[in-house]
Amino acid sequence: MDNFPFLNIYNSVAVPFENIPLLDISRFRKEVIEYVEAGARIVSLFGFRRKDNSVLLIAVIAQDQTGVLSLAASECGNTYKSLTPDCPQAHWFEREIAEQFGIHPEGHPWLKPVRFHLPFGAEKNKQKQHQGEKEMLPGVTDFFEVEGEEVHEVAVGPVHAGIIEPGHFRFQCHGEKVLHLEISLGYQHRGIEQVIPGGPDKRTIHYMETLAGDTSVGHASAYCHAVEALAGCNISARAQTLRAVALELERLANHTGDLGALSGDIGYLPTASYCGRLRGDFLNMTALLCGSRFGRGFIRPGGTAFDTDEALVSELLKRLERATEETAGAVNLLWETATVVGRFEETGKLERETCEALGIVGVPARASGIVRDVRFDFPYGYFRFSQIPVSTWGSGDVFARAYVRWLEIQRSADFIRQELKTMPDEKVKTSIGKLSSDSLVVSLVEGWRGEICHVGITDENGRFSRYKIVDPSFHNWFGLAMAMRNEEISDFPLCNKSFNLSYCGHDL
Amino acid sequence: MLKVLKERFKQGKCTIAYPAGDAPPLPNRFRGYPAIDRSKCPDNCRACIDACPVGAVSFVVSSALSCNDKTIQIDLGKCLFCTECTDACTGKAISFTKNHELSKHKRENLILKAGETMNVETGLDKKIKKLFGRSLKLRQVSAGGCNGCEADINVLSTIVYDLGRFGIQFVASPRHADGLLITGPVTENMKLALEKTYAAVPSPKLVIAAGACAISGGPYIGHCQANNGADSIVPVDLYIPGCPPHPLTTLHGLLMLKK
Repeated sequence: MDNFPFLNIYNSVAVPFENIPLLDISRFRKEVIEYVEAGARIVSLFGFRRKDNSVLLIAVIAQDQTGVLSLAASECGNTYKSLTPDCPQAHWFEREIAEQFGIHPEGHPWLKPVRFHLPFGAEKNKQKQHQGEKEMLPGVTDFFEVEGEEVHEVAVGPVHAGIIEPGHFRFQCHGEKVLHLEISLGYQHRGIEQVIPGGPDKRTIHYMETLAGDTSVGHASAYCHAVEALAGCNISARAQTLRAVALELERLANHTGDLGALSGDIGYLPTASYCGRLRGDFLNMTALLCGSRFGRGFIRPGGTAFDTDEALVSELLKRLERATEETAGAVNLLWETATVVGRFEETGKLERETCEALGIVGVPARASGIVRDVRFDFPYGYFRFSQIPVSTWGSGDVFARAYVRWLEIQRSADFIRQELKTMPDEKVKTSIGKLSSDSLVVSLVEGWRGEICHVGITDENGRFSRYKIVDPSFHNWFGLAMAMRNEEISDFPLCNKSFNLSYCGHDL
Repeated sequence: MLKVLKERFKQGKCTIAYPAGDAPPLPNRFRGYPAIDRSKCPDNCRACIDACPVGAVSFVVSSALSCNDKTIQIDLGKCLFCTECTDACTGKAISFTKNHELSKHKRENLILKAGETMNVETGLDKKIKKLFGRSLKLRQVSAGGCNGCEADINVLSTIVYDLGRFGIQFVASPRHADGLLITGPVTENMKLALEKTYAAVPSPKLVIAAGACAISGGPYIGHCQANNGADSIVPVDLYIPGCPPHPLTTLHGLLMLKK
């Protein structure tokens, strides 16, 4: 194993920071590219500014088959040879590093802002430093352009027609056919990664619950796993069960809502109406647990903030029974209606090879036949004891992304039903101590959209010196752009909904 | 077709009776309008103030009492309706009731002082109500919203709340709108888009700020990447507190524009 200079660690296990091998940049580059060529993927690649002001690049590589995470770091200086030409998975990460730290990845084919903000540390001196310079505006950048007769460009956003978050989409079209779609984000940027260092403090958990507000449970869980690992704190099996139940309820609500929205987009109204309502029924189950439909205030370092009693469990089970039965009735109408299936099939196809090249995660990856699910590959928390089978479908189109959601709805419901009935009787919350100093932890959680990755690094006082968040949307937005190639522009709403990615989770 | 009809029959009617009838029961742990019982406050205690992540709880010098005797107040425009203050209070002086009716027209009326009940507002101008009371079209702008507010506003258009029955509808263009419904703290990167959308709505127009972020910045209060809420950019006519507001809270707020 001497040939592998990376440090192998597991999900949510803290390690001393000094154990992470420091490679020179050319070796670092070569190793990351070789790992990815051998079938591993980049979970996170980020910059970390050290006290002496130099910036380290840190790569977290996932080996899905063995459940191992491999890490290495490298000093890169102000410029280094870009990984992207040899390893497309790195493209968005390198753009992010360039934007956050002003480090130039030489030879990056697509280097432009990801979120349109000033480099880390420069925001507060904005007025002073940038007087006289041209103001940076979101969405104002060089867009990829197609030229030629009958080629035209369609620009949409940032404000959209419905009640959704802002983002800017540029379509290069030939007639109705989309040759290329470029997605420009950053409108939701609230500066979350910039304020976490120095913490954890009383606001940190609230950032986690609102960094992608429809994934409050997912991100709060990832954060709590990280903090508990750094503090060396074990939480009770009962608390782990309740967290897993909340995570699956979040999946149920969102997947059901998505299936309703997909049928709404193609004008099939029965399922759209029923699922819109049923989504709320699942949210109300989460509210039964903790008072908030989005699970806010439930997941806390050390366990959960609320416990359940027998009456609450039986009420939950009763509601779950009814809601899953009605969801089955509503959703099965889709598969039995030829026009619906006809509209879903062969639309917005994302090939398996493209998914692998881009490191796509979550539902779109599984809908292209890839077995990739944190609950299965990197189990942590309650999923070490009770597994949910991975739901896949091979066709990679809108149909597959819809059908994978339906499979997951059934399996998550089964899981909740089973786990609620067999909860061990324990306290749900323990106090956590101080975080260990100079350590690093990688925490992965399978949120309803896909893999959530949090990396926490502590300083000599056990405070965060860097906290890196990767929402699944960060990997997947480019997948949507690829799925739109050679599709009709009128297919965009449907394709977009079949991915249903987060703007704020990406923008942070 | 028969299957669709059968399913329609099975799913039944789900629209709530509220506001004509009762609101559907809220869960026991639901956190609505807070109640402060100052008499239960331990001496020299400021645990709730220290625990609040966004500075929603503060001391206020009550004019009726001597200057030394401070009482506490909660700013519902900042409140995340989390449990930090209630957990920190050893005397159980702060609690959340199940009352979901939180919205106000004036920012200062969102501040709840210990011992006081909610401020009753006279409401909007009669002329405005005459204009928009029967038909109100809104354009929604998410300006840094986390998709919590957005998701629970979308819920209003489902069959459960059926917003259309009140003549309220979300429209796809500011040109078709009577007002804006804003969520999020208004990020720097959305400021220009919000200003342009506001300018594109024909006058007279209404602005609604929904959720702690849009009212005060929420968890992002004080961030240089955001603007501490919508009213730093455009004038606001209705504030709907919550993180996110429950759909019933939002519905109640929107109906305040129609009474």
